Amino acid sequence: MTSIGTGYDLSNSVFSPDGRNFQVEYAVKAVENGGTAIGIRCKDGVVLAVEKIITSKLLKPGANKRIATVDRHVGIVSAGLVPDGRHFVSRARDEASSWRGTYKGPIPTSALANRLGGYVQAYTLYSSVRPFGVTSIVGGWDSEAELAVDGQVGSGPKSGAGGKVEGAKAGGPGLYMIEPSGLYWGYYGAATGKGRQAAKAELEKLDLSSEKLSLLDGVKEAARIIYVAHEDSKDKEFELEMSWISSLDGPTKGRHEEVPKDILEEAEKAARRALDDDEEEEDKGAGEQMEE
Amino acid sequence: MDHFPGTWGRPRNDVYGAYDPSYLQSTGPKTHTTSPAVTGTSVIGVKFNGGVVLATDNLASYGSLARFTDTKRLRIFGNKAVVGFGGDVSDMQYIDRLLESIDIRENYSSHGNMLNAKNLHTYLAKVFYKRRSEFNPLWNHVLVAGFDGEGKPFLSSADLLGTTFSAPHLATGFGAHLAVPILRRLFPEEKPTEEISQEEAVDALKQCLKVLFYRDARSLDKYSIAVITQEGIDLKEDEQLEGQSWAFAERIKGYGAQTV
Repeated sequence: MTSIGTGYDLSNSVFSPDGRNFQVEYAVKAVENGGTAIGIRCKDGVVLAVEKIITSKLLKPGANKRIATVDRHVGIVSAGLVPDGRHFVSRARDEASSWRGTYKGPIPTSALANRLGGYVQAYTLYSSVRPFGVTSIVGGWDSEAELAVDGQVGSGPKSGAGGKVEGAKAGGPGLYMIEPSGLYWGYYGAATGKGRQAAKAELEKLDLSSEKLSLLDGVKEAARIIYVAHEDSKDKEFELEMSWISSLDGPTKGRHEEVPKDILEEAEKAARRALDDDEEEEDKGAGEQMEE
Repeated sequence: MDHFPGTWGRPRNDVYGAYDPSYLQSTGPKTHTTSPAVTGTSVIGVKFNGGVVLATDNLASYGSLARFTDTKRLRIFGNKAVVGFGGDVSDMQYIDRLLESIDIRENYSSHGNMLNAKNLHTYLAKVFYKRRSEFNPLWNHVLVAGFDGEGKPFLSSADLLGTTFSAPHLATGFGAHLAVPILRRLFPEEKPTEEISQEEAVDALKQCLKVLFYRDARSLDKYSIAVITQEGIDLKEDEQLEGQSWAFAERIKGYGAQTV
């Protein structure tokens, strides 16, 4: 970064002559130190997972959750400054609730991502604030069934005028990642935090764009990817936190929930096994080369 | 005899002169929220051994007009409690959305929604009391059914003034006059709730709904019934009254084809 120290990085919302906003770039640096967080968009749901580095032995295992629920059908996980992530979630909940106040129904995941993107971007515009030190992954399931309006009391006449298209497909999984600049894209698989490079490489191998991966397999893959991404910081212990949102006929019935303990443990066991197998193969490979 | 009830209790024009309408206020606070518009009638509930059963008919009346006939007046809160609403339907919708938002917020904590029917009833009563104290009441009389903190069946009422009342069987509106006597006969005070079976309770409510349909002009023969047990809530919203007999009506003056 050649223009560092030229004074253009001292205030938020100021461009450098070569068109960069340094404060935002520094916020990205804060994210790059956070525990790896990933999201996978499966055909029948979304999985979120995060690597929680254990910073003290005095912390209660399983407490201090990092994945939060917004409304009933959306989950948010972020990498970077934890308090910034909490504020982000709080804003997301307010947005979801205000959406309900206006439209009497759950906010679509895409609309929530859009509003949050706008919110984060506003923090790059003023000198009185700093950008968000988090990149957040927003995963949700928009109901595929016709939903009743909140407070709906009856269904009205069974005959008469109606403009409904029969067999129209609605709802489905949604996965978005919002960066400190306010930039957000929709993803098949998203990764952020320290181990994002390794995680992205693994996500790309999954062929997510064909939308064939099932939610249960997605959970196993997510656990494995977090374990793979942790390989570079092996000296630190970590806890795996995972949540999921399934379709209405799936295990969570369209709601965002923690992955149940038994499924989580099984996925972790499989993840460790996969890592051990990889290592053995590498050792073998190295041994054979020696012989030659 | 003065046949206009509207003039009863008023100073007589022939004695005091015509009423001066300039005293009527045309400005002032809004008052339309102090009377209901579209209303539901009775809610009835009975505790039995291991649970509670709650029932309402599916009618929302606009004055005396049977305006909406597929109204769902039994509302589930957080898979744990059912609230049965009598009174204003739009206020019911408001409360339903309010409870929905509370359920969503409760689920944000890691242990989920911990609110049981008893907590819900306390909260609702306080909402009613606050609103009536602001002279802007929520025009409802509700029954809250579910379980208390010790897992015992819970049934209690709260009304638009914030008044609360609890009993092993309860009814609001017209049901307070027509259903409660039947329930008292079926389940006298000496009979503990533990000796009442689920079938007995459901049958009693069906009988009450029938009597209410016979005698309450703002009622309907389509009804909803919710059985709340520790296993969960069984809500049926499209039931039809069975075994009606209108023979008794022939003897009622003003009904049917009487000539005298």
